[in-house]
Amino acid sequence: MIAALAAGCGEMPAGTGGSATSAGQKIIVWHWMTDRQDALQELAKRYEAKTGVKIVFELYAPSDAYSQKVRAAAQARALPDIFGILGEKRDFAAFIKAGCVANLTRAMEADNHAWEDLLLKKAVAINEFKAGNPYGVEPGIYGVPIDFMTIEMLYNKDLFKELGLDPDRPPATFREFIEMAGALKAKNMPGLVSGWAEDWMIECLALNYAFNIMGEDKVLATMRGDVPYTDPDWIKVFSLFSEMRESGVLAEGVVTMVNKTAEQLFANGKAVFAFNGSWCVNVYQGMNPTLDYAVMLPPEASDKNPMSIWGNASSFMVNARSKNKEEAVTFLQWLTRRDQQAYLAQRTSNLPVNIECLGNISPILAQFADDVELATHPNLWGVSEFPLVTETLGRGIQSIVIGEKTPEQAAAEVQKVKERESLKKRK
Amino acid sequence: MKLASPLKSTLENYGFIFPAVLIFSIFYIYPFIQIFHLSFFEWDGIVPFKDAIPVGWSNFKEISFQDSSWWQAVRNAGFITVVALTLQNILAFLLALACDREIRMKNFYCLIFFIPVVLSEIVVGMTARFLISGLEGADVVNRMLGSLGLSHLAHHWLSDPHTALTTVALVHCWKGFGWGFLIFLAGLQTIPRELYEAARVDGASAWETLRKITIPLMMPVIGLVAILTVLGTMQIFALIIGLVGGEFAGHTSVPVLRILASMQGSSRFGYACAQGITFGMILIAVSFFQYRLSRRAKA
Repeated sequence: MIAALAAGCGEMPAGTGGSATSAGQKIIVWHWMTDRQDALQELAKRYEAKTGVKIVFELYAPSDAYSQKVRAAAQARALPDIFGILGEKRDFAAFIKAGCVANLTRAMEADNHAWEDLLLKKAVAINEFKAGNPYGVEPGIYGVPIDFMTIEMLYNKDLFKELGLDPDRPPATFREFIEMAGALKAKNMPGLVSGWAEDWMIECLALNYAFNIMGEDKVLATMRGDVPYTDPDWIKVFSLFSEMRESGVLAEGVVTMVNKTAEQLFANGKAVFAFNGSWCVNVYQGMNPTLDYAVMLPPEASDKNPMSIWGNASSFMVNARSKNKEEAVTFLQWLTRRDQQAYLAQRTSNLPVNIECLGNISPILAQFADDVELATHPNLWGVSEFPLVTETLGRGIQSIVIGEKTPEQAAAEVQKVKERESLKKRK
Repeated sequence: MKLASPLKSTLENYGFIFPAVLIFSIFYIYPFIQIFHLSFFEWDGIVPFKDAIPVGWSNFKEISFQDSSWWQAVRNAGFITVVALTLQNILAFLLALACDREIRMKNFYCLIFFIPVVLSEIVVGMTARFLISGLEGADVVNRMLGSLGLSHLAHHWLSDPHTALTTVALVHCWKGFGWGFLIFLAGLQTIPRELYEAARVDGASAWETLRKITIPLMMPVIGLVAILTVLGTMQIFALIIGLVGGEFAGHTSVPVLRILASMQGSSRFGYACAQGITFGMILIAVSFFQYRLSRRAKA
């Protein structure tokens, strides 16, 4: 029904930009970031006081509903001046090919790359399409990051002390991590919590370990179809989840846990470890301001390749059909300058994208920032996996964690779907 | 004048129903036609529809012969529906029978039984999760089992693939029995009391009265409740999200969650529409079968 309604929307005349404005006086921004709304509105007030241009931030949450709204608006040519895109790189590419997103390369590279050089390179790269990209998009930078997040592991320092462990020395290797299960069981403490009911979070940790065990080239070769998921290295990745289950280091019901529940458990001291994104700093602050925790990399399973973590930017795109395009770009340039970025980081506890601000963030956020160099993301790879393969991968790992399938069975199922999808694409 | 009057009357009548027909056409018929049309395309919902790729019947073929996740979801929804058709409706019928008699606080009971129906599915799901889960909540079920000396039956009800779907089905029954109860009660109250009086005079037992008077006269109502139960239960999804967070490695997957996954996870709008059409056809076929069955039982 939603799909049909989206499709059934009539088109508005091109160039309306969704905002009935007198040119340059009012910029409409659509976003989904509930936790940033107050801070963004405050910044909008400051911008209006400074320039006379009114910025209206319209919040549409939850993110699923926002995602549908933006797609429907793209069909109806009713997108606002500035908006965010949720989804994978191929969705981003589809918006660009539909003529909905302005190419910002010229603005980014003006004055000897002044704007681009101000921002975290990885955050910019998330919004960039390189020459020869598989989506057929004209090379360029199509979005402006406003903050950055990384997904890592966290541990509760107080619970570490209760376990008789050194709170400044978290497990560095996967073996050390698994061996902690004994201490956890002895004290009846739940181990790792995370939102593994959501496929993408479980897939995220699996890919971290895939990078660690086989390296980026081999992971990307798998996605291109040159290496099968039944390769021994992939079996090793799947086996890690089997080991975690058997050791008892995972909290009960982690596979049916949504991330909000995992956050509540960790914030209330009911779990020793969490696998969560840097947005959690703000969440834990709200749930339990006295929580004493620290950030750690997922414990290495191999010393052959560095451990990787996921990192992604929340970004804004400028509507290519907007009448207020230039003013929108000017506003985004202002939004990514040091003062505004420092204010956003301080109010929302998210990592700023302005590199000048990274030295002036809270200690816990700084721990996330320290690992930005290790960050990677599917949007950076230039190759994407079939959605059904990704889904089967997530489901397969869930099945391993509940003891229903062996790593070999899960890998074989993923490979079967991969071959089917590849065949379909070739046809 | 005599000729003009019926015409005027006809136009007036059509005028009255025109707004309803217009709204129905815009919000039901047109979207349905669009969904059917879209199901023959590969489309991500972003690029202009003119750029969508026509794929003929391949979406339907994929659903029928390759998409095992889809059929697992249909089977799961079918299981929940069977539990609802039996347990939920028998409970609703028995409670309606009890409230059909002249008992004290009858209206209070009616109100209590209807409360779960008006609660949001997400709220019911999350509350039930809190009550059932040991780590996150009160662990009520296992505690009750323990106090009854049945602690060996204590279990991770929601995170065990063998019990998760049954737990979902039971919570769904609790949430939904109020509807059946209300409709059954209304049906029972239309049965003439004289029939019961006559049966009692003739020496019929309570069981015979139920079997030979109440159930035969309630057959149309039972048929209606059964169809509504099937239609309502097969479309379950919010309760599952609240209870187990999603599809749980396919064990709590249902068709609506699969359709959402195709639309939002895979950006396959055309495929999602084909799934919607297939699902609609399944529901129509099941409802038609039930309708025929209840007519035969009535005869």
